[in-house]
Amino acid sequence: MEFNSIDTITLIYCAMLFPVLAMAGNMAFSGAKNVRDTFTLLCAILTFFSVVMILYNVGNNVTEPVSLFNVFPGIDIAFNVEPLGLLFAIIASGLWILTHIYGVGYMRSNNEQHHARFFACFCIAISSVIGIAFASNMFTLFLFYEILTVSTYPLVAHKGTSESIRGARVYLSILIGTSIVLQLTAIIWTYVLTGTLDFTQGGILEGKISDWVVPILLALYAFGIGKAALMPFHKWLPAAMVAPTPVSALLHAVAVVKAGVFTMLKIGIYIFGIDFLSDTGASEWLMWLAAYSIIAASVIAMYQDNLKKRLAYSTISQLSYITLGMALANSMGALGGGMHIAMHAMGKITLFMCAGSIYVKYHKTEISEMSGLGRAMPITFLAFFIGALSIIGLPPLGGSWPKFLLIMGAINTEHYIIIAVLMLSSLLNVAYLMPIVGRAFFSSNLNSSVGKYNEAPILCWLPPAITAIGCIVLFFYAGILQDFLTPIIQK
Amino acid sequence: MANIAHVAEHTARDLIDHLPLLQVLVPFCTAPVIVLFGSRRFAWPLAFISSVISLVISVMLMMIVREGGYISYTLGGWAPPLGIEYRIDATNAFVLMLISTIGTLVLPFAYTSIKNEIRNRDHTLLYACWMLCFTGLLGMVATGDAFNVFVFLEISSLSTYVLVAQGASKDRRALTAAYDYLIMGTIGATFFVIGLGMLYMATGTLNLADLADRIANQGANRTVRSGFAFVIVGMGLKVAIFPLHLWLPKAYTFAPSAVTVFLSATATKAALYVVMRFVFSVYNPDFSFAKNTLEIIFLPLAIIAMFSASFVAVFQVNMKKMLAYSSIAQVGYMLLGIAILNEAGLTASLLHMFNHGFAKALLFMGAGVLVLKTGGSFYLQISGMGRKMPITSGAIVIGGLSLIGVPGTAGFLSKWLLVQAALERSADNSLFLVVALSIVLSSLLAVVYVWRIFEVLFLREADVLIPSSEAPIMMLIPMWILAGSCVWFGFSTDLLYDVANQAALNLLEGSMGMSGSILNLGMN
Amino acid sequence: MGKFFELQFLTGHIHYLLFIVLMMTGLFIVVDKTNLVKKIIGLNIFQVSVFMFYVSIGKVTDGTAPIFPMDSNYHVDQAAMQTILYSNPLPHVLILTAIVVGIATTSLGLALIVRIRESFNTIDEEDILQIEQKMTRDDNQKYKYLLRDML
Repeated sequence: MEFNSIDTITLIYCAMLFPVLAMAGNMAFSGAKNVRDTFTLLCAILTFFSVVMILYNVGNNVTEPVSLFNVFPGIDIAFNVEPLGLLFAIIASGLWILTHIYGVGYMRSNNEQHHARFFACFCIAISSVIGIAFASNMFTLFLFYEILTVSTYPLVAHKGTSESIRGARVYLSILIGTSIVLQLTAIIWTYVLTGTLDFTQGGILEGKISDWVVPILLALYAFGIGKAALMPFHKWLPAAMVAPTPVSALLHAVAVVKAGVFTMLKIGIYIFGIDFLSDTGASEWLMWLAAYSIIAASVIAMYQDNLKKRLAYSTISQLSYITLGMALANSMGALGGGMHIAMHAMGKITLFMCAGSIYVKYHKTEISEMSGLGRAMPITFLAFFIGALSIIGLPPLGGSWPKFLLIMGAINTEHYIIIAVLMLSSLLNVAYLMPIVGRAFFSSNLNSSVGKYNEAPILCWLPPAITAIGCIVLFFYAGILQDFLTPIIQK
Repeated sequence: MANIAHVAEHTARDLIDHLPLLQVLVPFCTAPVIVLFGSRRFAWPLAFISSVISLVISVMLMMIVREGGYISYTLGGWAPPLGIEYRIDATNAFVLMLISTIGTLVLPFAYTSIKNEIRNRDHTLLYACWMLCFTGLLGMVATGDAFNVFVFLEISSLSTYVLVAQGASKDRRALTAAYDYLIMGTIGATFFVIGLGMLYMATGTLNLADLADRIANQGANRTVRSGFAFVIVGMGLKVAIFPLHLWLPKAYTFAPSAVTVFLSATATKAALYVVMRFVFSVYNPDFSFAKNTLEIIFLPLAIIAMFSASFVAVFQVNMKKMLAYSSIAQVGYMLLGIAILNEAGLTASLLHMFNHGFAKALLFMGAGVLVLKTGGSFYLQISGMGRKMPITSGAIVIGGLSLIGVPGTAGFLSKWLLVQAALERSADNSLFLVVALSIVLSSLLAVVYVWRIFEVLFLREADVLIPSSEAPIMMLIPMWILAGSCVWFGFSTDLLYDVANQAALNLLEGSMGMSGSILNLGMN
Repeated sequence: MGKFFELQFLTGHIHYLLFIVLMMTGLFIVVDKTNLVKKIIGLNIFQVSVFMFYVSIGKVTDGTAPIFPMDSNYHVDQAAMQTILYSNPLPHVLILTAIVVGIATTSLGLALIVRIRESFNTIDEEDILQIEQKMTRDDNQKYKYLLRDML
């Protein structure tokens, strides 16, 4: 292929700049909606293509960081490729294409205002997600982490109603608050202790820090990464559900929250180092907190009638799986966590897109109003069903593998209670997801107007159908995924 | 001092030899020229040209001293310490550059803004005063003679009072603001003179470098100590160190927009430079009283300022006033950098001077544009303007983000350094953990008050009577230059960080920093 | 502590005492008086005290005015010059500058007071304060930005 000659760093810049180009296009063609949306789609495809080229060039090797700017002595804005980040970038950019198609359908059918601003902010968010994925040190990661926060704020506040402004304030105050007060302190502290912030295999802190400080520093990170929605800093995620559904789907089920847990895995693996964490036992408390988050969020989800809110609490619970994987501090846990990024993304985006389709077609947001809708929208609800099964973790769906790996990890470290927690969580998942499907298909309380087949516009049902198929495909290719991620746990 | 020989070979060979003097002299001479021309048409071009010249000079000076060392220029060939000496090293070249950059960038903005806010017949004299103020600020920073600092301080202060009072054509409260500022400013300046008198009593010299040498082993001398107190309090009034800040909100709120832009970005910074000079170069942090002043007085005051002024800013309903309170809080950050007393802290302080100067100038310019379009800067008046003036508001957003210190903007780097400095000190004194925490906590308050502007601008409905049109291009260009710099300096630190670091090192060398290697201008 | 009350100490430092008394008088007037003109007067007294302070520190015991002695041919009398003790002229020169600055400040302050009188119709600080507080209240009323919205 002729693109072979392009070196990896150029491709990384391309992947980050195509979304920016798309943003510029949105600004420039804000009047002509077809030109604008096609142009963005083109950019999305090019972004995905760049990321795939990186995969083609690099495989699952770890490349040397390339510095763009030197900021302070020992701190650069630099990028490199490593499997976890590459996986994250592939997921985010690939799903962006689908979400964009879906978003166009959603925004147009729903008569939302300010399309250009919406898609422009969306593009910046994607660009910063790519930046997070390829950041080779904590400084760069934090930089894009905050840009992501700021650029998603207008998306959450998009409707401009007082409810959405209030939601956006909660969103912003928790994310900015935790990141500035806790995470930034932790990062600078790390820098002061070690003189570097580079992601290094095996961590950078070992031997530079007294043992009693490790849990404190870890706490600063764990709570500081508000995007990981660890309790008690999870409120922003339900609050962000006031945003239009494409935002909830891509950003608040995939990009933003995954950026959070991705950061969590990064600091666990490359800043602290898994061995260092398990030697000091510093992550023990984090493991229990994550377990608590898993159960508590699932229980809360059961009591939500608003579909998006229920899905949001489900996300909180699922994110804690990944945090748990890091906190288990062994290779199985880290692998499981990494893999769950992909599996959960695929499943949850399906669920959200389905929720959006329902809203587009019938303007229903509450689960109690959805009786019988399954017969009217069979494709949507079938996709929903598959996504839900994947989230629950049943074979033959992708979501089953990471759970398996996490349980293996828990067995290795002899945390049997964690196994029980994981099992219980699966039961709770069934309890809050299955009734939705059941009510839609089998409820006797039929509403006459929704009895007939009346599916959402094709732009709205096709993307979730594709991702639902993706959930099944991932089950069979999980082995490849595992091999791909293996370098992150090698010494 | 060993530079007598140097002076002899240094008598006026070339124009470039006179750069340190020209830096101050060009705007100084422009002022009377503007008055003599007496024509409104010439006033602005003349002022602008002389600002550009000072900018070029300051950049040239910066290029010469950025690697360390200093330039010594003796006025009329009278050897220091008796004669007046201008002494440029990385520290004051840095501040000179800040002042002249802002001065140059504000003038294109001021042209329209002043035309809108001030009666035509006052324009000529206003630009003359503007030049005098510019001179005073540059002179305060360039000079190496303590009494000369006072003279330039008063030149800048007196012209500032006049400039502030010009706001009276819009709101009569500008007059009382100027009057209050005059009373407090004069008391401050007089305190400064008293301090100098005491130093003179103890040492018999007023040359800063010479002073430093002569008090080096007089740490126990009570006269020297009380001199320190008077100097710091006097200058602290100009800096608006927390309890001495009362003049600031009113003056910034009611002064003409362009004047506020200029003052907010330069005046407090020049004064802060003088404080740094006295604390580090003349006195020495090795003196227990100087160190105690920093840790027992500056540190708590800075933290109180950071929180209380930010807190007050949160509850303002007028953008200019909110920004004024925010300035007090930001001065707190700079002061904190000094008080932390290590390399990172001092670098942070100098860097924040620059970054805050840029961000605040940008925001006040934004406020100025909004005043131009809507007639006021109350939130109710400017609400929804983000949709009507996207280009202006875009710049405001960048300025606001830099003020908060969001990564990717210049403000982030200085805040980062500040936290780093505090954490470095926490290794030997765990109290500094609290300091680090208070820095990040107080920047949350900045998020609150800055975000309010964003919400007001973008998420509210605008007054339908206001046409949606952008600001004049003359105003947009400086705004976007500043916005661009806010972002650029958030990534590339080659220019600012290196120089600020060199400047901090100069200061930390204490009195020795004043007697590094002399750089010969003619050679460059 | 005792030496501060000895007569010799007091007379030896009498100029400092006067300086302090004058300075405090000036400051007190600035703080205490509500009449703007009186404040300016206080400021002047305060500044004058500093001038006195400077002038006094230039004084050398038995020193005379720093003027070169002339011989009968109106040339500098080198021989006599060696024997004469001069006061230090530098503080005096410095304070000339400060006096000029003081005058400028005073005139600017008075000019401001004239303008204040024109627009506020009073030069009493209390009255002005009341007027301004009312203006601020009116502003806040007119441009009320609901606290509920803000929080």
